[in-house]
Amino acid sequence: MEVERVKPDIVHDVVGTFCPVPIAETAKVIKTMQVGQVLELVADDPGVVEDIPAWCKATGQEFLGLYEDEGEYHLFVRKVKEL
Amino acid sequence: MKIRAVALFSGGLDSALAVRLLQDQGVEIKALHFYTGFCITEHKRRLGLKREDGSLYVNPALKAAALLQVPLEILDISEEYFNLILNPKYGYGKNVNPCLDCRIFMLKKAKEFMEKEGYAFVVTGEVLGQRPMSQTFDRLMLIEKEAGLSGYILRPLSAKLLPQTIPEKLGWVNRDQLLDIWGRSRKKQLKLAKEYGLEHEQPAGGCCYLTDENYAHRFREVIRVEGSIAREDLVLLAVGRHFRLPSGARLILARNEGEVRFLQGFRHRYDYACRKDGKGTFGLLKGRLSEEEFNLVAGLVARYSKNQPCEVLLSIGGRETVVWADTLSEELADSIKIYKRKGDKHGSGKS
Repeated sequence: MEVERVKPDIVHDVVGTFCPVPIAETAKVIKTMQVGQVLELVADDPGVVEDIPAWCKATGQEFLGLYEDEGEYHLFVRKVKEL
Repeated sequence: MKIRAVALFSGGLDSALAVRLLQDQGVEIKALHFYTGFCITEHKRRLGLKREDGSLYVNPALKAAALLQVPLEILDISEEYFNLILNPKYGYGKNVNPCLDCRIFMLKKAKEFMEKEGYAFVVTGEVLGQRPMSQTFDRLMLIEKEAGLSGYILRPLSAKLLPQTIPEKLGWVNRDQLLDIWGRSRKKQLKLAKEYGLEHEQPAGGCCYLTDENYAHRFREVIRVEGSIAREDLVLLAVGRHFRLPSGARLILARNEGEVRFLQGFRHRYDYACRKDGKGTFGLLKGRLSEEEFNLVAGLVARYSKNQPCEVLLSIGGRETVVWADTLSEELADSIKIYKRKGDKHGSGKS
């Protein structure tokens, strides 16, 4: 699947924040979403490339992929289960 | 029904092992990681720093949680934590680390979470006798009493040396399978980590920059000279070289490109100084500079920008001034630099 084509249900912008804030924000938003919905997280901390997949692994959510656009990362997470 | 517990989780070796020991007993764990605003990983990433091998600094809690497959909850306590730093009931540790208050505060938060979400008890990676301020027997008991959790904190690494907890008494956890680790040596933990295949990411207590000696020195100096400290200052204190000028103003000079970028982010709200051609360091000024100090600041900028005479731009109160500066001597620069000198006591001396 090309992640650029994924249609997110919610887009959340955390540009300007650094680990662990993007993770805390991801968790906060995922909690408000329905199972099956997709979150697009926009961040510029390069560490999110490792953090978000690790967080998905720890919490059992599905990491769909990411792309980079001029120093900003767009990461896609599908909510698989309640947190 | 499965027993559920929350664990205080830094991602360091001890908290990771504590979780693993209970997972082995079938306890379902939710790992709680607290965002205090003093996290070294966050700070390094903010400055664009990387490890020696070029890789990024990774949040140890996240890494360990992924390895243990334990769900992780990050609780943002940074707002309240700021007040705790300024007024700790039980005082500071060796530096400006209010370890006891910090533990009590985190445990209170864990208790709130535990009660709200229906968990049965709290797990920590504390080891009896490991840290003189917060992990003596008396202190451990004091901490749990203050947090309102007497009997409900299980410390699997030292459990056999501590009074039986409620989870043990009720048979939720088998005491025989818990450990009796005592003291500062980490040999037993490292051996266990190897057996479990847990990678060891950081030394104990190494994730919080309040334990840094130079940071503590600057913190105390600011309180003493400026009378108070703002939340923003707590971040700025961890960046650059700091100089106290005769007027009482403070100059923060970037040490590398990451710090230059970081400090530049504040230039719309503060006075600043840098080379006119933009090369080299960047200096942020806290407090109003007197005109007599323009040359002093310019000389510092020149010294820490390739150590060459140059034109320096000063933006003071929205007005820009350019001065030609010779580099300030090492002796003079050192005399106004804020750092811990040999023989300095806490909060004393010209710092």
